[in-house]
Amino acid sequence: MKKIAIDDTIMIKGELAQAGSHILEGYRSLFDAEVVTRIKNAGYEISGKTATGEFGLDLVGEFSYGAEQKGKLHGDAALQVAGGETDAALAVDMNGSARRAAALSGITFIKPTYGTVSRYGIISCAASGEQVGVYARGAEEAAQVLEAISGHDDKDGTSLPEKEYKYRTEAAAGGKIAVIRDPEDKADEDTKMKMEDFKESLKASGVTVDEIELDFLSPAATAWQILMCAETCNNISRYDGVKFGHRADNFRNIDELYINTRTEGFNFLTKAVILYGSDVLSKNRYKDCYEKSLKIRRIVADSMAKIFEEYDAVLTPVCSKTEYEAYDIDEAFGKVFEESEFTAIPNLIGIPAIVSGGVQMMGDKYCESKLFSLAAAGERGLK
Amino acid sequence: MKYETVIGLETHVELNTKSKIFCACGGHGASEEPNDCVCPACCGMPGMLPVTNKRVIELAVTAGLMLNCDISRYTTFDKKNYYYPDLPCAYQITQLNHPICTNGLVSIKSEEGNRDIRIKQIHMEEDAGKLIHEGKYSLVDFNRTSVPLIEVVTQPDFRSPQEVMNYLNKLKSMFRSGGISECENGAMRCDVNISVRPEGTEELGVRSEIKNMSSFESIEKAIYYEIQRHIDALEYDLEELVQETRRFDEKTGKTFAMRDKETAADYRYFPDPNLMPILIDDEWLEQIMANKPVAVDERIDYYRESGISEEEITVLISSQTATKLLEEVVAAGCDARETVKWILIEAVGVLRKGGKGLDDLQISAEDLSAIIKMVTESKINRNSGKAALAALIEEGISPEEYIKSAGIDRKLDSSDILAVVQKVISDNQDIVEAYKSGKTKAFQALLGACMRELKGAGNPGVIKEMLEKNL
Ligand SMILES: [Zn+2]
Repeated sequence: MKKIAIDDTIMIKGELAQAGSHILEGYRSLFDAEVVTRIKNAGYEISGKTATGEFGLDLVGEFSYGAEQKGKLHGDAALQVAGGETDAALAVDMNGSARRAAALSGITFIKPTYGTVSRYGIISCAASGEQVGVYARGAEEAAQVLEAISGHDDKDGTSLPEKEYKYRTEAAAGGKIAVIRDPEDKADEDTKMKMEDFKESLKASGVTVDEIELDFLSPAATAWQILMCAETCNNISRYDGVKFGHRADNFRNIDELYINTRTEGFNFLTKAVILYGSDVLSKNRYKDCYEKSLKIRRIVADSMAKIFEEYDAVLTPVCSKTEYEAYDIDEAFGKVFEESEFTAIPNLIGIPAIVSGGVQMMGDKYCESKLFSLAAAGERGLK
Repeated sequence: MKYETVIGLETHVELNTKSKIFCACGGHGASEEPNDCVCPACCGMPGMLPVTNKRVIELAVTAGLMLNCDISRYTTFDKKNYYYPDLPCAYQITQLNHPICTNGLVSIKSEEGNRDIRIKQIHMEEDAGKLIHEGKYSLVDFNRTSVPLIEVVTQPDFRSPQEVMNYLNKLKSMFRSGGISECENGAMRCDVNISVRPEGTEELGVRSEIKNMSSFESIEKAIYYEIQRHIDALEYDLEELVQETRRFDEKTGKTFAMRDKETAADYRYFPDPNLMPILIDDEWLEQIMANKPVAVDERIDYYRESGISEEEITVLISSQTATKLLEEVVAAGCDARETVKWILIEAVGVLRKGGKGLDDLQISAEDLSAIIKMVTESKINRNSGKAALAALIEEGISPEEYIKSAGIDRKLDSSDILAVVQKVISDNQDIVEAYKSGKTKAFQALLGACMRELKGAGNPGVIKEMLEKNL
């Protein structure tokens, strides 16, 4: 395995870094992201950049500036890895789009524990939950690449002190996982089938599968939606047409420069995120929205930690469907946050999650190796 | 009716660090060239993450210790959102919920003796850049963005403009002598909260806030103006006072209300997820305390005991260079009052001629004490001492060297002086006549001529005595 593609939210020195957005049109990075440096140092070759949806906010990358969508939706990086054009790809996982894209293309994606991979050099949106992850064709390969990019970085204040991490895939026999009973029955029949197939495959390799109930999926998703929108709204406020990137041609004063530039530069979904984010941070709403979300984050973290005392992983769907059809951007905000109910918890509380065989397993912090082992076992059984 | 003024102060102080608060760029806006002291981080480019400069925390804690504050062992940064071209990220990193220092106390002089002013909190934050307006365009200079600041917030404890000025002067002295800040032009900026109430009442009046003044003169003028405006409003019903933010116009000497738009902002504060909470443990705090400079109060007491005047103390304690030199020269055995005169009058005089100030003084305590000793022991006269000091400051010539080369180190006995006195008298018969006919000023002319002949050597008292005898 040699070639690795880099998503457009991750910067390579001298290369365009536009995060799929008109507002960063023509922007070239002045430096390599830490993950890019590490990939190069580990002897991998960078095969190129892959397109992303604007700031990685959409379902799988469908709303990239200038791109048109038709028919079935796919993520660019996932498609390239699945098609063998590259061996692996790095992408930022913030709102589940990378995990969904991996599921649709039938490949593996690992979103690691928050703080284990440097965020230096990524086009940051939701600082408290985003993390660079790895697409690969299987769990073993994903583990190798993740090992190469993980470890402490002084340039990132949220980076954990551990110098390096070792990831191994071992026999999964004797493992124990929990499946969440879906009270609202959000997943379609095909998705349910995928869940069943994966469960059976794990059982066949000696893994015990229990069914549990979780009553905080929806509040967890709402909490992440609030935090993510708030942080994104703040982080992308620097794209104002003053310093770099797109600037509107017509303005008569500084207010118009801001308004016209940002009106032209962001797509409808990003604008919705900005409005939502600035609303939850406003004086009147802060306590009920932002502060409450931080509380929910703590409660969910505690609850999940309890589950992980007993189980190695929690198995859930990644998407409600096995296919997405092209749709209008006006519907994006609602669609994305409805789907993110499956993906929000790992971002909200910083735990790792792996997508494999079209389903997702969440694990306890620093337990990536357990996830790789389970995924490898599941993948073997599906073949 | 008699009124009482109630004033609270928020003072922004630029910290004296080598680098900026969240990146490695030189601190202090170190360059004259616009945008010469910037990096992708302080320009708001994507991909960079803030990493806190440890020195900023140490200086903020030191400032807190000097102002008798409680030091927070857990302190966090928050983001404050607003759009302005001089703010590259469109947010400022500051502290809202867990400021680094709280509950301080500082004693100041007031019309009724010493008074305590309560410090509500000290918090750390980054500075913004600068806009330069050129015709139709505005240019942005990011040299100052992310330069570290502390904001010292007092309780509304001031009762007069004079107290405010005393406080600010004390703060400046403390921070300069403590190496916290240079406190030079623009490095100390104030927001002033003012209200007025009938004397003897407890309830606070309507408050106005005057924002962003950087010269002490403006602050004082603005406060006087604002107090009068409030009293007039209450006394004569001239206008209805409303709680508002105002600015001071230096040209007119008046304050005016800021547009609503500038003040009604909701800054949407929230904790910065890129910066982990900072924990200050015992070990670190002890280290900072050990490096804390001598408290200004202790220093002032010592100076007073040494007989140094209040005016001199004020100048001295605001200069780290001067206090250090003074203490070393005194330690070398010189008299404190005498040394102060040499530093504040003689040395400053030489520096001023070269367009410099006290902080540019770069002489060793050894050299200065040598000059002072030679003068007080009458080895050379005062004028020669001054010349030696000038040579030392301007050209770096050591006092010994100077005196040798100027030929004033020869041992003079009274016969040498007598010879010169007699020569001057015979050479200047007309002046001697004038003196004898009662023009006392003529004596000074003769004395001056003697001193010139002696090239500054000899004790002036002895020369004067000898001249009087021989006339
Ligand atoms: Zn910088």
